[in-house]
Amino acid sequence: MSPGRSTASPRTPPESARLSTEIRLAVEQVSYAYSANPTQAPLFTLEATSFQARPGEIVAILGPNASGKSTLLQLIAGVLQPLSGRILLNGFVIHSLSPRNRAQRIAMVQQESRLLFPARVWEFVLQGRHAHGRSLRFESSDDILITQNALAQVGAAALSDRLMDQISGGEKQRVILARAIAQQPLLLLLDEPTLHLDIAAQVGLLDALRRLSAQNRYTVVVVTHELNLAAEYADQILLMQSGRCLRVGPPALIYQRELLEQVFQVPLKVEMRGHGRPRVTILSDS
Amino acid sequence: MQPLTFRKLLFHCLLLLIILFLVVVVALKFGAVPVSLYALGRDLLRVVLGQSSQMSSDYGLIIQNIRLPRIILGILVGASLSVAGTSFQALLRNPLADPYVLGVSSGAALGAIFALIAEPHLTLPPVFAALLTPLCAFLGAAATITAVYFLGRREGQIDSTTLLLGGVITASFLSAIITFLMSTVNSGNTRGMVFWLMGNLSTSFQKSTYWFLAAGFVAATGVIYASANDLNLLLSGEKEAMHLGVDVRRVRFVVYIAASLLTGLAVSVSGAVGYVGLIVPHVMRLIYGSDHRTLIPAAALGGAIAVVIADTLARIVVAPSELAVGAVTAVAGAPLFIYLLRRRPA
Repeated sequence: MSPGRSTASPRTPPESARLSTEIRLAVEQVSYAYSANPTQAPLFTLEATSFQARPGEIVAILGPNASGKSTLLQLIAGVLQPLSGRILLNGFVIHSLSPRNRAQRIAMVQQESRLLFPARVWEFVLQGRHAHGRSLRFESSDDILITQNALAQVGAAALSDRLMDQISGGEKQRVILARAIAQQPLLLLLDEPTLHLDIAAQVGLLDALRRLSAQNRYTVVVVTHELNLAAEYADQILLMQSGRCLRVGPPALIYQRELLEQVFQVPLKVEMRGHGRPRVTILSDS
Repeated sequence: MQPLTFRKLLFHCLLLLIILFLVVVVALKFGAVPVSLYALGRDLLRVVLGQSSQMSSDYGLIIQNIRLPRIILGILVGASLSVAGTSFQALLRNPLADPYVLGVSSGAALGAIFALIAEPHLTLPPVFAALLTPLCAFLGAAATITAVYFLGRREGQIDSTTLLLGGVITASFLSAIITFLMSTVNSGNTRGMVFWLMGNLSTSFQKSTYWFLAAGFVAATGVIYASANDLNLLLSGEKEAMHLGVDVRRVRFVVYIAASLLTGLAVSVSGAVGYVGLIVPHVMRLIYGSDHRTLIPAAALGGAIAVVIADTLARIVVAPSELAVGAVTAVAGAPLFIYLLRRRPA
């Protein structure tokens, strides 16, 4: 890449409008079945699901446990192969890309896995550069610059020389996000990024995410349990229940009391607020 | 932020090379016939310059024909086992993985013994006959690591405790078969039981064997080193590595094969020398960190240093008799294994 370019922006040129009409991610009638034994009936199925997302757009996948949220995310990440249908990223079938090509376009933020040996924060973020360039190599000055920039973008520049197992959960989640940014992806996938975070850290992370998706024009797909955070930050909601995608649309359309009560099996109240961002209150039985 | 540069890597390796050289000189000095350091230095220089014919005849022969080949064998065995251990540790995400602990060495030994028993009954051209032992040792090693890998899996994930237990039990089972074979098959060219179970560097081989070993070591280590960065990412888990662009299935396959080859080669000439692949990578990680671009060459050189030292001790501790080198490495390695096992987070 040319050194003159801003260091952590994805490959598409920035546009003035926040949402363009260009479709970046297209999930077309994707289904999946998982069985432990090929002769047995599948233990879990995902029925045909379709949706589209544009650059700069945040899509939240909502649903109770075992509704197929994470499976759908793994399918979009290209790690699982769909049973039918296809998933296109800028027109390319994701699953047929090589792991290296995929990692240049798609970054995944997962629950932190325990590190086997202690690593510094900068070493961890530098891993995001692996897919760019030859497999065996020494990091270039561009890689270093992009790493520093990614850390700065999530407000974690000061953590650079700390050890990964000596920072807080919220800091760690931001560092994992920085590693994803260092990949310079077109598509950013997050699997329950706010789990185990306190409220300030949750809001901090999602604010950073919204700012980054607008600035760098990432398409973001996030799996979450947080109804209110999803309503606050997402442009599109995908509501799932036991392997089926019930609805896709903006939060104001999806957040209807009967629908949410049926999916989540709790009595709740939905307030519609001015800017199309509904708020959900869980009602206890008493 | 100080990323690894080629110059830094070269510096680390050079330092270890110098230490290895000093260790070799000391190892050459010790033995039944005393040799002065000055004479040693002079003779070593002549060997390096290819003028070995000019060596003073009295101890030149001892050095060139007895001590030096044994040291070279130690270097190759140590480097191979250490790189194999480093690879298994990265692939299995377990700092306690070692060819000996996992039973891979015993599998290789069993393969080699089968080859030695079968060889007289087969009519092979001499080239293939020489290759049969290392080939069978490699197959034994590869079969064992495959078996232990699946033994250590629970619900699709490698479970560290199950893996280690599976390895130890496999090793014990294979050792029992080796003991059985050595007791029943009375064959002149199978070396003793202690050789296979404990490891020993006292056998001398034809010159071509050393070249074959060295070539095998360079090829397998080169293949593993080409995946050094992939191994770094694999440390944080297979799924994460996949998302970061590592072709996990390919890397896993290639590195398992190469590490099995290294184990097979080492075991076919020295028996099952234990714990080298555990101690050396551990020490090198403490010094150089866990970046495989440094760790692999450091482990190779460190393994060479460790085995040459261990074998020198094995030769002099109970002189004029000698110990099996595996006894020395086990005395150092087993306590370290226990220490690492206790310290490990549950």
